[in-house]
Amino acid sequence: MGFPILSAITFIPALGALIILFFPKEKVNLIRWFAIAVSLIPLALSIYLWIAYNQTEGGIQFVERHIWIPAINVWYHVGVDGISVPMVFLTSLLSTLGYFYSAYTIHERVKEYYFLFLLLQTGMYGVFVALDFVLFYVFWEIGLVPMYLLIGVWGGKNREYAAIKFFLYTLAGSVFMLLAILGIYFTTGSFDILKAAEVHPFADNFTLASLAFWAFFVAFAIKVPSFPFHTWLPDAHTEAPTAGSVILAGILLKLGCYGLLRIVLPIFPEPFRFYAPIVAILGLISIVYGAFVCMAQWDLKRLIAYSSVAHMGYVVLGIAAAAASLNFNHPSFKESAAIALNGATMQMFNHGIITGGLFFLVGMIYERAHTRDLKVFGGLGAKLPYYYAVVMITGLASLGLPGLAGFWGEFLVFRGAFHIIPYIVAFGIIGVVATAGYILWKVVQFMFLGPFNEEKWGHLTDMEAFEKLTMWPLLLFMVGLGFYPAPLLNIINTATTALMGKL
Amino acid sequence: MSAVDIFTAFAPELILLLGSLFLIVLDMAWRKAEKEAAVLSAALAFVALSFILLLVFGRISPSPILGVLASDRFALFFKGLALVGTGLVLLSSYRYLEGHTPYRGEFYAFLLLVTLAILLVVGAVNLLMLYLVFEFLSLTSYILVGYLREEGKSSEAAIKYFLYGVTASALMLYGMSLLYGVTGTLDLAKIGQALSKSEVGGWLAFPAIVLLLAGFGFKIALVPFHQWSPDTYEGAPTPVTAFLSVGPKAAGFAVLVRVFITALPSFRPEWAAVLAGISMVTMTLGNLVALRQENIKRMLAYSSIAHAGYILMGVVCMVSGVNSYFTGLNGVLIYLMAYLFTNLGAFAVVIAVERATGSNRIADYAGLIKREPLLAGAMIVFLLSLIGIPGTGGFVGKFFVFGAAIQVQFYVLALVGIINSVISAFYYLNVVRHMFFLPGDESPISVNPALRWVVIASLILVFFIGLYPHPFISVGTEAVQILGSAIF
Repeated sequence: MGFPILSAITFIPALGALIILFFPKEKVNLIRWFAIAVSLIPLALSIYLWIAYNQTEGGIQFVERHIWIPAINVWYHVGVDGISVPMVFLTSLLSTLGYFYSAYTIHERVKEYYFLFLLLQTGMYGVFVALDFVLFYVFWEIGLVPMYLLIGVWGGKNREYAAIKFFLYTLAGSVFMLLAILGIYFTTGSFDILKAAEVHPFADNFTLASLAFWAFFVAFAIKVPSFPFHTWLPDAHTEAPTAGSVILAGILLKLGCYGLLRIVLPIFPEPFRFYAPIVAILGLISIVYGAFVCMAQWDLKRLIAYSSVAHMGYVVLGIAAAAASLNFNHPSFKESAAIALNGATMQMFNHGIITGGLFFLVGMIYERAHTRDLKVFGGLGAKLPYYYAVVMITGLASLGLPGLAGFWGEFLVFRGAFHIIPYIVAFGIIGVVATAGYILWKVVQFMFLGPFNEEKWGHLTDMEAFEKLTMWPLLLFMVGLGFYPAPLLNIINTATTALMGKL
Repeated sequence: MSAVDIFTAFAPELILLLGSLFLIVLDMAWRKAEKEAAVLSAALAFVALSFILLLVFGRISPSPILGVLASDRFALFFKGLALVGTGLVLLSSYRYLEGHTPYRGEFYAFLLLVTLAILLVVGAVNLLMLYLVFEFLSLTSYILVGYLREEGKSSEAAIKYFLYGVTASALMLYGMSLLYGVTGTLDLAKIGQALSKSEVGGWLAFPAIVLLLAGFGFKIALVPFHQWSPDTYEGAPTPVTAFLSVGPKAAGFAVLVRVFITALPSFRPEWAAVLAGISMVTMTLGNLVALRQENIKRMLAYSSIAHAGYILMGVVCMVSGVNSYFTGLNGVLIYLMAYLFTNLGAFAVVIAVERATGSNRIADYAGLIKREPLLAGAMIVFLLSLIGIPGTGGFVGKFFVFGAAIQVQFYVLALVGIINSVISAFYYLNVVRHMFFLPGDESPISVNPALRWVVIASLILVFFIGLYPHPFISVGTEAVQILGSAIF
């Protein structure tokens, strides 16, 4: 067995967090740059992971397996496949950028801030690599606490409310998952996620299988968040500090999608097939409802927050379509299902890049203007040309313009799902139109076009070097993956075809 | 059994008895101002010695010693637990009484006596013995609760505890008399045999169960025998509150489990049904009322009621004979271990804050993170453990009792439990909100080294149980094996 790369990626941030505890809290610059330096190690390792992952072989790789609690057969079992590798990389990238951006914008309680953030990073990695239910659950909930504190301490005006709401929603979802995990253990005798996917627990008892399915689904749907479980999200995202919103939208939401892909679809194909129409409609409502709610927002950050609900709707729709494909026997449906899953996973990655970027951009304007009210802006395009350009690119990527990254996820979801559930998908197009509406009309027009209020906004300055540096890597991915999505698509495809092949 | 054997078997108890007498003499004889530290160290030494003797001589004897006190793994487990708890409580009471009362020496002597009572009660297998040591435990507890005799609240706490206590004892005694009347014996095992054979008097078992429950439920603070606990917890000296929340509670569980399993196995469906109902009501009521508390000691009192409800799930859902580590009963023991360190840690923080601010209001925890990061940081871990967040001991405890419920497919109970643990997050996090989010007094708090060590030790153990629970699972599971197999 070689170097335990996944354990290294997962636990180096936590180790860094522990070391930070011993730094004197006045040495804020030391703490900041130490945290950034620590985060570069998992970043480098996750780039290596992507390169070293053997795509021709596929499947779960870099496995580490050690007994953890022998009495009840709990293992420290980690490994990655083509879905988790990009997610691990995304976590590294957004975390490092978040630390970097925060180094210039967070001035209060710096030590605690980086301690919590590094802890959160470990929790997120853990969810993406865990292959044991107990391990998965531990990481799933460990991330909850730092995020709760990040919102509550460094958040906006309404932070206390947003923090507790975030915590209780997620906890309420995940405790039912815990009961379902225990149920699986008592039928299969193990907490192994891969084994559960082979034996399909409760296959002979549809009622119990449905209960377990819904327990998992609700836990993940709250995190995604899918309509009607989304109400925590606008509050949490709006109140969180900038880097917190970036991580929330960029990665934490992906934990829910990842759970649907890793656990719900492979382990409960039968109930998922049965309930796929309901799930697909929830995805559809998220897309359309989310987009229309965005249209009505005047708080820029809240608008971006709701746009996440809409964009995650595509992911849910794609996964539901894959489940619905099990109703058909013809091989072409399997192919479409794999395409839809590819789209869903690409959407997860691209949404992380794009919406992460949008939240950084919101933070930048808020730092300057101390408001996010779209009604008071106007004509900023001439005053802040660089900022304008970056927002334009990110915004167009978000609305799915071909040539930018956001296009591929939505396109592939539609392509795959249309073959399987055409009527539901057809309505989803409304969401695409509405997205273009709120990005171009609400964001671009109200902020950058129209008359400029010199008196009020004359003091605004364009993007500074550190802000450009934060955005460049993200822009690179938006444009790069927009023109050439193959590197991402290929690795994802190894996992999704394998996944569909087993169902 | 020779006299030497009996003496060695009772060595831990004898040391505690001698220790408490020695402390009283030491306190009287020594008139120096700094004697408190000496008395405390002596008390700690006796507890440590007793613990060592327990490890060395604590052998498993097949038949009860003198026919009345069992020395099985189950009893040894609870004895060890009580001694560890007492050690931590002793440390956290260092200098607590200063400024409250001039009579400080006997306090430690009484703590040793109440521990002695627990050591005896967890092994009792004879109704008469059980009643006597149960009363011994109660009486010493009353004294400790009312120890601050100049303070009205402490006296109020003691009188309430006493009045509820004697009523509960009387009911329990009546239940015992019913069992004796039906079977003609005081020995638990013989009662069990007699009841399983004879048709006669079977109908009396149900009232006996309810009456016995009054006594045990009072010690554990199960609804509806819990009304004493909020006032008592609030008024008692805080180290005593900490002790009550783990020591007598654990002892109550030990007695409940032993009596019901050994004496009333043939009525298991009846008492399991009653306990299931009590469990659900207890956790729900405890959590709902805790939501509204503004005093942290009262909040922890209701929280402790709620936790008794969770723990009871393990008793309700016990199984044996299957090849499983979720026997229900082991969940009870694992939960109690995790709860001991979590709650004593939390109370140590409460004591530290109380000593610095003179207040137990949750509102006065505002800004604690800036006043003393260790206290706030440790407190959040203890509170998360009480919620049952993974990585902490509390999760492992919940995992085993909920697991037991799922295993026997008692889904309703599991569901009620799990919803309750979400509700509880709200009031535990309210304390976190004050400590971390709200601005407050920023003057630093000084924490004395003894208290600091209690906090750190509890913190380490809460994480240890949470991250590497295997040794604790083994200990808990082995301790209930013999007992569990007796029933089926």
